[in-house]
Amino acid sequence: MPEGLAKEVKREEIEALLDKYKRQPSQLISILHDIQAKYNWLPKEALVQISEGMDIPLSRAYSVASFYKAFKITPRGRHLVRICLGTACHVRGGVRIMEKAEEVLGVDGGETTPDMKFTLERVNCLGCCALGPVMVVDGEYHGKIVPTKVEEILKNYD
Amino acid sequence: MPKLNSPAELEELRQDILSRREPNKPCIAICAGTGCRALGCDRVIATFKEEVRKQGLVGKVDIKETGCPGFCEKGTVVVIYPQGICYFQVKPEDAAEVVSQTIVAHKVVDHLLYIDPITNEKAAYEKDIPFYKNQMRLLLGNNSKLDPRSIDDYIALGGYSALAKALSQMTSEQVLEEVDKAKLRGRGGGGFPAGRKWKTTRNAPGEIKYVIVNCDEGDPGAFMDRAIMEGNPHSVLEGLIIGAYAIGSCEGFIYVREEYPLAVENLNIAIKQAEDYGFLGENILGSDFNFTVSIYRGAGAFVSGESSALMTAIEGKVGEPRSKYIHTSEKGIWDRPSNLNNVETWANVPPIINNGADWFTSIGTEGSKGTKIFSLVGKVNNTGLVEVPMGMTLRDIIYKIGGGIPEGKKFKAVQTGGPSGGVIPEQFLDTLVDYDELIKLGSMMGSGGMIVMDEDTCMVDIARYFIDFLNDESCGKCAPCREGLKQMLKILNRITQGEGKEGDIELLEELSRIVADSSLCALGGTAPNSVLTTIKYFRDEYEAHIKEKRCPAKVCRSLLSYYIDPEKCQACLICLRNCPVGAINGGKNLIHYIDQEKCTRCGTCMEVCPSRFNAVEKIAGQAVPEPPLQEARVIHRGKS
Amino acid sequence: MKEVTLNIDGKETKAKEGMTILEAAKEIGVRIPTLCYHEGLSPYGACRICSVEIFRDKRSRVVASCTYPVEEGLVVKTDTERIIDIRKMIIELLLARCPNVKVIQDLALEYGVKETRFELENENCILCGLCVRACEEIAGVGAISLVNRGTRREVATPYYEPSTACIGCGSCAYVCPTGAIRMEDKGDTRIVQGSNWKTEFKLKKCEVCGNYWAPEAQLEYIREKANLPPDFFDVCPNCK
Repeated sequence: MPEGLAKEVKREEIEALLDKYKRQPSQLISILHDIQAKYNWLPKEALVQISEGMDIPLSRAYSVASFYKAFKITPRGRHLVRICLGTACHVRGGVRIMEKAEEVLGVDGGETTPDMKFTLERVNCLGCCALGPVMVVDGEYHGKIVPTKVEEILKNYD
Repeated sequence: MPKLNSPAELEELRQDILSRREPNKPCIAICAGTGCRALGCDRVIATFKEEVRKQGLVGKVDIKETGCPGFCEKGTVVVIYPQGICYFQVKPEDAAEVVSQTIVAHKVVDHLLYIDPITNEKAAYEKDIPFYKNQMRLLLGNNSKLDPRSIDDYIALGGYSALAKALSQMTSEQVLEEVDKAKLRGRGGGGFPAGRKWKTTRNAPGEIKYVIVNCDEGDPGAFMDRAIMEGNPHSVLEGLIIGAYAIGSCEGFIYVREEYPLAVENLNIAIKQAEDYGFLGENILGSDFNFTVSIYRGAGAFVSGESSALMTAIEGKVGEPRSKYIHTSEKGIWDRPSNLNNVETWANVPPIINNGADWFTSIGTEGSKGTKIFSLVGKVNNTGLVEVPMGMTLRDIIYKIGGGIPEGKKFKAVQTGGPSGGVIPEQFLDTLVDYDELIKLGSMMGSGGMIVMDEDTCMVDIARYFIDFLNDESCGKCAPCREGLKQMLKILNRITQGEGKEGDIELLEELSRIVADSSLCALGGTAPNSVLTTIKYFRDEYEAHIKEKRCPAKVCRSLLSYYIDPEKCQACLICLRNCPVGAINGGKNLIHYIDQEKCTRCGTCMEVCPSRFNAVEKIAGQAVPEPPLQEARVIHRGKS
Repeated sequence: MKEVTLNIDGKETKAKEGMTILEAAKEIGVRIPTLCYHEGLSPYGACRICSVEIFRDKRSRVVASCTYPVEEGLVVKTDTERIIDIRKMIIELLLARCPNVKVIQDLALEYGVKETRFELENENCILCGLCVRACEEIAGVGAISLVNRGTRREVATPYYEPSTACIGCGSCAYVCPTGAIRMEDKGDTRIVQGSNWKTEFKLKKCEVCGNYWAPEAQLEYIREKANLPPDFFDVCPNCK
């Protein structure tokens, strides 16, 4: 199985999540968060199973998944690189950080590297505005970074 | 922990907690907010714990991981209690010195103190530090004194006394009246009177009513709610429970944006603790009031922070706005009366109940009461969160508290209100911060983002940035916003890329008018503000871009060139090696020059050129000088 | 049901509480253009072409007449300069997106929008959402929905694959104002398709006349919902 491509979707695991949220359709977004945390993306079988379990059309689950930036309906890389492009970070040169990351990884924002190692994402504000520009890799925050630091930081991940 | 069944039991508990705490016991309060985490506070905390152990002080000194004290520019912030000594930019290697000098020897560690950039004077206490002393930190003041994961800390500081007072000494109508009398206006952006919204919800037909905390805080550059939610979640819970009592609601929702994982974590802990202590659940503090709350997470959509969209998201559907002709306070979630307020609004409720409406209205201006937290960011020296009474001037906030513009640059504009707001130029710096005053200037208070811009900021690029953001975040439902912003972005892109044409400004103004007038929700409705204010106050920049193909601030890449000054270049090869497209010609002892045909204007050469040489400059609006002749480029070094 | 009195373009009229301005206007013959409205479906308020100006006290406001409820004393004007400007710009924007769609061309003609200043695309769908609402409210299966966000928004089946929920009833094609969704019966097959998706259905053959008359999936759906015997639809309505 290619690295970065998540584990196989187990029906029992999805059922357990459905039980956790009492199969309530209002908890659709919450359950999608949990599924993505488990599998690193939202596999189709998972969406099909929760639609059936919550008795909602698959189209609704798909609409919700495709509407929100945080949800990935295509497989995600092992490491998530998020670059803040909020106003404060923009004014401090956030665009250059994004460009550097795109250059180093060889992908555009929103894409995953072919070896499934990194997914690069633009975020519209992480709330660390005093420390802009900010880059977060796998939940680890790097503040006040400069373009030359980007490659240095990303080298540490395998 | 047995449930508290009466206000008296709460008071007993409070006294018990206080009695078991020595007021003079040293406490090292280290900021553990997301901002300081980005600066590595985890290692600072770990090292302090290690040092306390090493120096044999375990049990004699407390280490508290606290909420954000606001001075993010100088993180990691450490405050030593009981003295209140503030240390800034603390690194792990400083821990040993702080413990041995300040904790043990009661001496101040000089190099960690605040230094005034002009007078060079040092200050150790909040009351002497300009950033803090000019603020009125009613909501944020407790952040450095408590561990957000400790409900006992909150209770020790007086927490939940307002709830006890409301439930035992006031009727629900009286609570509502008090908040109404206080003239509390929504802190999320709209500034709508909270009391009026509460009344509408309370009086709307229907047994089941909901109260909602909007912690979506989507405005880029704003992080006030994050600091409150991460740093003092109980303050919001307490306000929400009091509000639910006033409105007649038994169920609440807290919607937190997905990008704030620490806030979600701390809130989950706070809710569990509140349930254990009996502040949530049935018969709260022995009254017949029941209330439960659950957390909903966002998933990366700015538009879902709009109140009707948020409620639709809570229903489990795509979080796009609905028609708002029937207020959500009458028909909200599942068509039931739903009262939504921002985090900061809810956090203001306990102080209002404890101190009274008259106290609250004594602060601020005629139309805007109380304090407001702003995230002061961008080109300003002291970036961070500032809490000031309404009515302070923009100038005082930016200069007295913010310490002015770094690197001696000139102030150009301050942007308030997030993407829905506008830019305010220098001539209006003495405007009082007030909901209505800011609207008069074409901007708005918004949620509190205050982004300072200097002479190196291109105002056309700023307008383009905001329209790009809104275009990306638009839900796409209504035609004016979806198609209108798309076309506005195309025009702004052309202008910043040197392809602006006559008539572009007028077309932008026309589109702005239509999008603002006919969009379904406030995203489209306020989207044009950044464009309209930048055109109004900085039309000359637009015209320079369009007519002269020149960017006065030297930001728009297509309109500038990079040039290596042959007088300053020392042929160190650094820029040559770093240029991503190999556009630099040169060699050892051979002065470098940039091949303008190959150059992509990424700016790397300027970034890497050693500051002692400073040989790279930006040229805008004029031709780039030809590189010197080959012979003139050779640097002769060494023995002549 | 309480009645309210309101004034539309100078004409005073009574309307039942709960009606929208658009419905009240229709009753007295005042025509307001619409694109995303259909009287058989819930109103959506997305195209904003039905915008009108309402006046109360000394203030005026632009609202979508298809969703704004009537109120006592409301004064409505459906064709002020402000409103005409809005309609013309929306038409101009949609004309850029869908230059070959007849219903937009017709509106452009009506409002004197001769050309569009914006770059032309070539979409057929105006994102009115009528198809999605028809599928949800009439067919009740939710086979298609609006996916993605902002300028990437489009109508699609989940994963753009042939829908397993679709019953081939064609309600979406019936309500589509632009022909972006098409339905075609070819021999024993019915094809329902949009720009990015396509679903095919086997049609049921009548045991008597041998004609193919309705999708098997649709008949099966109705049969199950109404609890009808398994052979109920074996004979087409003409031969019954």
